[in-house]
Amino acid sequence: MVNEKRLLLLGDEAIAQGAIDAGLSGVYAYPGTPSTEITEYIQKNAVARERGLHSQWCTNEKTAMEAALGMSFMGKRAMVCMKHVGLNVCADPFVNSAMTGVGGGLVVVVADDPSMHSSQDEQDSRFYAKFAMIPTLEPSSQQEAYDMMAAAFDYSERQQLPVLLRVTTRMAHSRAVVRVVDEARGENPINYDAEAANWVLLPANARRRNDKVTAQQPQLEADAAVSDYNSLEATFQDAGTKSALGIIASGIAYNYVREVFAAHPGTACPLLKISQYPLPKELVRRLMNQCERVLIVEEGQPFIEEQVRGVSDITAILGRLTGELPRTGELTPDIVAQALGIDVRQAATPDVVAARPPQLCQGCGHRDVYAALNEVLREFDHPRVFGDIGCYTLGFLPPFRAIHSCVDMGASITMAKGAADAGQWPAVAVIGDSTFTHSGMTGLLDAVNEGADITVIISDNLTTAMTGGQDSAGTSKYEAICRGLGVDEEHLHVVVPLPKNIPEITRIIREEINYHGVSVIIPRRECIQTFKRHSKEKKA
Amino acid sequence: MKTDIILCGVGGQGILTIATIIGEAALADDLYIKQAEVHGMSQRGGDVQSMLRLSSDPIFSDLVPTGSADVIISMEPMEALRYVRYLKPDGWVITSSAPLVNIPNYPDAEALSAELSRQPHVIALDIERLAKENAVPRSSNVILLGAAAHALGLGLDKLEAAVRRVFERKGDAVVEANVKALTVGKEAAVC
Repeated sequence: MVNEKRLLLLGDEAIAQGAIDAGLSGVYAYPGTPSTEITEYIQKNAVARERGLHSQWCTNEKTAMEAALGMSFMGKRAMVCMKHVGLNVCADPFVNSAMTGVGGGLVVVVADDPSMHSSQDEQDSRFYAKFAMIPTLEPSSQQEAYDMMAAAFDYSERQQLPVLLRVTTRMAHSRAVVRVVDEARGENPINYDAEAANWVLLPANARRRNDKVTAQQPQLEADAAVSDYNSLEATFQDAGTKSALGIIASGIAYNYVREVFAAHPGTACPLLKISQYPLPKELVRRLMNQCERVLIVEEGQPFIEEQVRGVSDITAILGRLTGELPRTGELTPDIVAQALGIDVRQAATPDVVAARPPQLCQGCGHRDVYAALNEVLREFDHPRVFGDIGCYTLGFLPPFRAIHSCVDMGASITMAKGAADAGQWPAVAVIGDSTFTHSGMTGLLDAVNEGADITVIISDNLTTAMTGGQDSAGTSKYEAICRGLGVDEEHLHVVVPLPKNIPEITRIIREEINYHGVSVIIPRRECIQTFKRHSKEKKA
Repeated sequence: MKTDIILCGVGGQGILTIATIIGEAALADDLYIKQAEVHGMSQRGGDVQSMLRLSSDPIFSDLVPTGSADVIISMEPMEALRYVRYLKPDGWVITSSAPLVNIPNYPDAEALSAELSRQPHVIALDIERLAKENAVPRSSNVILLGAAAHALGLGLDKLEAAVRRVFERKGDAVVEANVKALTVGKEAAVC
C-alpha cells in the first residue's frame, strides 16, 4: 500500500476515509454522538460524491442496518454507523446478520460513550458482538482506525460475516495525523451469487447457518491470535523468573498505558495489546505464564476481565472488578498511572468555579413550548410530562424543570400511554420531530388504537438539532403522518412557538388536556442554530 | 519539542477554530498531533474544552494528564480556572478577561480575578475590546491565539501561514482580518 497523503482527522473521519478508500458503496446511519461525524464526512467527501455513494441519513438505526444488509446482499461494501444505544434499536437485524452472513463486506461501526458524555448508559458493544458471534476490531489510534476499515471489509468478505468496529468517545472525537492512500479502491460490482437459502432465515436454514457460524468461531479466535492489531510487547525476564506484573490493554486504553510507561519508565512491564476479538486466549495464556499478576485495562465494561477471570476468584487478575481501576466511567492517563502505583497528586479546582451545564439556546422554540406547558400544568396537582431524547431533554433542568422522564428514543409517547392506562391525568408526551419519526410513530398508533387519554407535543424544529443539525426524516410530513395513524383532525394542531404566541399555545394545550383522547400539538419553528447557518449561507 | 495545550470556553465561543489553526500549523511543521474535542450535548451553552498535544515524538494518549499542560488558552476567565489542575507549575494561562454570565451562580468578579492572579503566569486580555478597537470584531479568538503564541513553541510566522490556509476559502478580507488579529494579540501579550 502506498501511503502518500497526510491528513489531520478525527477518529470518526479516519473511519469514513478508510471506508471510502476501501471501496465503500454506501453508509447508512442515524445521527448519534459520538458517531455522527463519520457519515457527515462521507456526505462532504469529493470521491464519495463523484461515485454517488449512498450517505443520506436514515430514519433510525434499524432501517440503516437493514438497508446496509441489502446492499451487502447485492455484493457491494456497506457500512452502518451509530452510537452504542443505536445498537439496541437495530439489535434484531445486527444479530441476524451473522445468521444470513454477508455478500459484499459489511462493517458495523458503533461508538460507545463511557462516562456518558452524551448518553443515557455506558453499555459496551463488545458484548453484543460476542453473543452475535461477530468478529470485532477496536482501534487504538486514528491511523489504526483508518487501516482497519480496509482490513475489516476484506475480513468480512473472507469470513462471510459482518465485522463490528468498536470505538469510544475519545477515539471518535480526537484528531491525529493519518496517512491515507492516494486512490480509493474501486467499488464491488453487483453480484447475484448469494446463496438464497442463507438469506431466508426459516428455522431449517437458520439452524444450518447457526452451526456454520458456531463452527467458524475457533478460526476467528485463531485469526485474532496472529492479527497485526494484537501484539505481545514483552520485556521478558530470564527463563524461570516471572515479571511481577503484566498488562492487557485494549483499544484506546493501550495508549494510556504507553503514556504512563513513557512518563514513568519504572512502570514498564510486559504488555498485551488487544484490538481484535474474539479474545485470543492463546496470547492471554502466554502473558499470564510470564507474569505473577495481570492488570486488565479496558475502556468500557470489564469485557476482557470477566472472560479472563471466569468464575474463579484468583487474586492474580486485577482490574475494574477488583478496584485497581474504577468500576465505571472512562479511563484517563491519571487513572491508569494510579493503577500502576504512581502517586498522582491532583491540584484542586478553585472553589470559585461554578458548574456550567448545557442549556437550551436563547431564542430556541423549545423554550416557548416549555413556558406554555408549565403555565398550563401549574393548574393541576400531579401532572406528568414524559420527555424524550433531544435538546429538549434539557427542559429537565432549571429554569423549566418541565419533564419527569427520559428513557430512550420514542419512550415519551408510549410511557405517557402506559401512565394514562394506569389512571394518570394529565399525561403529556414531549418529543422532537426527528425522534418522533425514529421511534415515536409506532407508539402513537398504539395510543390511537386504544383512544389513550394523552396529549402529545411534537416539538418540530425541522432538524436533528442535538447532534448538530442533520436532516430530519419527516420534515413537512408530520400532519400527514399523524392523520395517517388515525389522529382526529380536530385534535391535531400546528402552532408557532414564539413568546407572542404563548397565550394561544396555552389555550390549545389546556383544551387538549381536557379532551380525553389522543391529541397532537405540533409547535413548529426552525432550530435557532440551523436558522443562523442557513441565513449565513443565503448571504454568502 | 512537546507542548500540551488545554483550550476552553463556553459552547459557541470558537475554541475549535483556535484548535484548527494550531493543528494546521503543527501539521505543516511535521509534528505529531493529538487533539481531543468535545462534541454533542455539552456544546449547548455549557463548558467546553479541547486538549491539544503537539510533539516531535509520537504521542500516545489523546488526553493530557493532570499537572502537565504547558498552556491553558481560555475564551472565558472562570473556564480557565476550571482546568488549572491540568497545568504544570510553570505553565501559562492565556485568557479572555470578560466573563460570560449565563448561569445564576456565576462568581463575583473580584473573587474571580483574585483567584486568577494567584496563578503564576497569567495573561488576561479584554479580547472583545481589542477586537473592536482594531476593527477585527469577529476575530477575538484569533487575538487570544496571538497572545498565546509565545507559549506554544510554534513561531508566529507558522501560525500566520496556518491562519492564511484555514481562512483561505472565506476570502482575502477575512484572511487579512485574522492575520491582523494574530499580531494584535501577540503585541497585547508583550505589554
